[in-house]
Amino acid sequence: MRPSPACLLNILVPVKRAVDYAVKIRVNPQQTGVDLNVKHSMNPFDEIAVEEAVRIREKLKDEVKSIKAVTIGPPKSVDTLRTALAMGADSAIHVEIPESAPSPEPLGVAKTLRAIIDKNKEIDLVILGKQAIDDDAGQTGQMLAGLLGWSQATFASKVDIDVVNKVATVLREIDGGSEQLKCRLPLIITTDLRLNEPRYASLPNIMKAKKKPIEKLKPTDLGVDLTPILETLKVTEPPKRVGGSKVGSVDELVAKLKDAGFTGV
Amino acid sequence: MFRHIVKTALPVPRRTVARGFATTRARRDVEGARIASLDTFTEEENMIRESVQRFATDVVKPKVREMDENEMMDPSIIKGLFEQGLMGIETSADHGGSESSFTSAIIAIEELAKVDPSVSVLCDVHNTLVNTVLRKYATEEQKAKWLPQLSESKLGSFCLSEAASGSDAFALQTRATKSGDDYIINGSKMWITNSYEAEIFLVFANIDSSKGYKGITCFLATKDMGVQIAKKEEKLGIRASSTCTLSFDDVKIPAANIIGGEGKGYKIAIEILNEGRIGIAAQMLGLAQGAFDLAVPYTYQRSQFGQPIGTFQGMAFQFAEAATQIEAARLLTYNAARRKESGLSFVKEAAMAKWWASKVAESVSGKAIEWMGGTGFTRETGWRSIGEIRRLGRSMRGRRISSCRLLPSLFRRSIHR
Repeated sequence: MRPSPACLLNILVPVKRAVDYAVKIRVNPQQTGVDLNVKHSMNPFDEIAVEEAVRIREKLKDEVKSIKAVTIGPPKSVDTLRTALAMGADSAIHVEIPESAPSPEPLGVAKTLRAIIDKNKEIDLVILGKQAIDDDAGQTGQMLAGLLGWSQATFASKVDIDVVNKVATVLREIDGGSEQLKCRLPLIITTDLRLNEPRYASLPNIMKAKKKPIEKLKPTDLGVDLTPILETLKVTEPPKRVGGSKVGSVDELVAKLKDAGFTGV
Repeated sequence: MFRHIVKTALPVPRRTVARGFATTRARRDVEGARIASLDTFTEEENMIRESVQRFATDVVKPKVREMDENEMMDPSIIKGLFEQGLMGIETSADHGGSESSFTSAIIAIEELAKVDPSVSVLCDVHNTLVNTVLRKYATEEQKAKWLPQLSESKLGSFCLSEAASGSDAFALQTRATKSGDDYIINGSKMWITNSYEAEIFLVFANIDSSKGYKGITCFLATKDMGVQIAKKEEKLGIRASSTCTLSFDDVKIPAANIIGGEGKGYKIAIEILNEGRIGIAAQMLGLAQGAFDLAVPYTYQRSQFGQPIGTFQGMAFQFAEAATQIEAARLLTYNAARRKESGLSFVKEAAMAKWWASKVAESVSGKAIEWMGGTGFTRETGWRSIGEIRRLGRSMRGRRISSCRLLPSLFRRSIHR
């Protein structure tokens, strides 16, 4: 019997440079957005995605051929790619947009990723963060799956890949609890919080990351137009919480609820 | 010299200052290139800072109080430091190290000190004293044998001081008597950092007291050769860092373990302690910054008399002074580090950095306790060792008096050149 050709996994991990989670966000005076003159770092869900890719390689060893990180952003975004390389990605792609350009929208990102995958046909697994903590859109992974016609398993909290049979078993976190999906590769996975705990980039790996290649591309090279199709009308802070009050008894509570219009009590 | 700094600084100009120096020599060397500021770091150095910061906050911080109360370093912290590659920062990759710059080591030491000075001193001694001695003075065989162990799993210790010889290091009395291919070491060392957990010891002993300090030789001993811990000190501060008295009773060390050659110990000690001063400056800097970063935000939350206490002018003046002193300490420390990296003379700058940073650490940490009021004084919310460590910087590795003697003698020398 002829042996089947060796199946090798090629993973793509898109990452985003977002405002650091610990920063106190402030709306800018023009009410068009938030103050971006603050610390930025890799979107935490994307860190989980990179970590998962590296763990898959640690488990499957030679069956994982390559882990490629990609980001779409201004020149500063290259720091995010270096972090991904220091965590264990082999190479990276930087789709560079000018500093002054507006942040790409999920559909634009998905189209760019599709163009990259069309150029790198060996990619058969894409792991993304479920959402970015700046816009909380949570759309890119799903849109990419739609554009490519690939299966998708979102909000993953556990991933097992069988490379030989080209099948993945993914445990998803859903509103009612969890759901297990069996998916055929090629596949889009988006990561949820409990999937893993990302490693710290150790010093030797940070130094090794210096030598790993970063390919620079422009959106025009990929035939993608990142002009926004959504217009932000206004950005405001949520209304300040007004103090509550304490009630003395259950009857008083019921009376107050009735006053407030809750008739179902 | 300037070109070297430009080469390392240019790729990522974080804060660029287009400022030439007003000397002819500078103009000739620089030729139109921009010299970035003293606080410009390479991309790798910034990544290292972030990585160590996260490690310190996520892994070390939760254990700080427990380690201090128990006066014991948690083994998982030491293991974590090895795993992060923080125990062979400058060591080459061939020997299992991270092959990073000296400034990277200083950055790591500073960031660790912001969270726990005990962990920082452990890392500092291991890197800037033990590893560096081997990298600079050991033979290739010795490097290949010991550096990988020090990078990957074994903690090192630097044994110079004794009960009767601290600042006057060359008055040491530990003897080494030749016996065939070995030396028999007898004596006692005191105030030795890391000694409780260490497995590799650099021991300074005299092989021929008739030669005075020129008989002092550096030996590498392993714990299983019979190094004994006579007493673990109970300190006022950096309590999690072990400081012990060691005794050497007929400890047999092969002559092959002599580092740098017979009678070269005094030279090694002097030179390594020059570099070590920059490490201490970094520890003091981190301590000061950590105290400041803990206390000031508190003052913007704590309200008395109708406003956050940090907004009172009297407090604001103190913050400004403290912040400026810390900035000066920062620039002194990193400039000394860069000078050393560039091969420039740095003895004076290192001594200045250590002296100033220790002074600032003492004053800022004391102020920080005041700013935090009652909470600054409790072991739970105050920074445990603030009150005690601050004094330590002055005594660590040579009293301030030593720096104060060293500096003027350097000035005298430079004036008479």
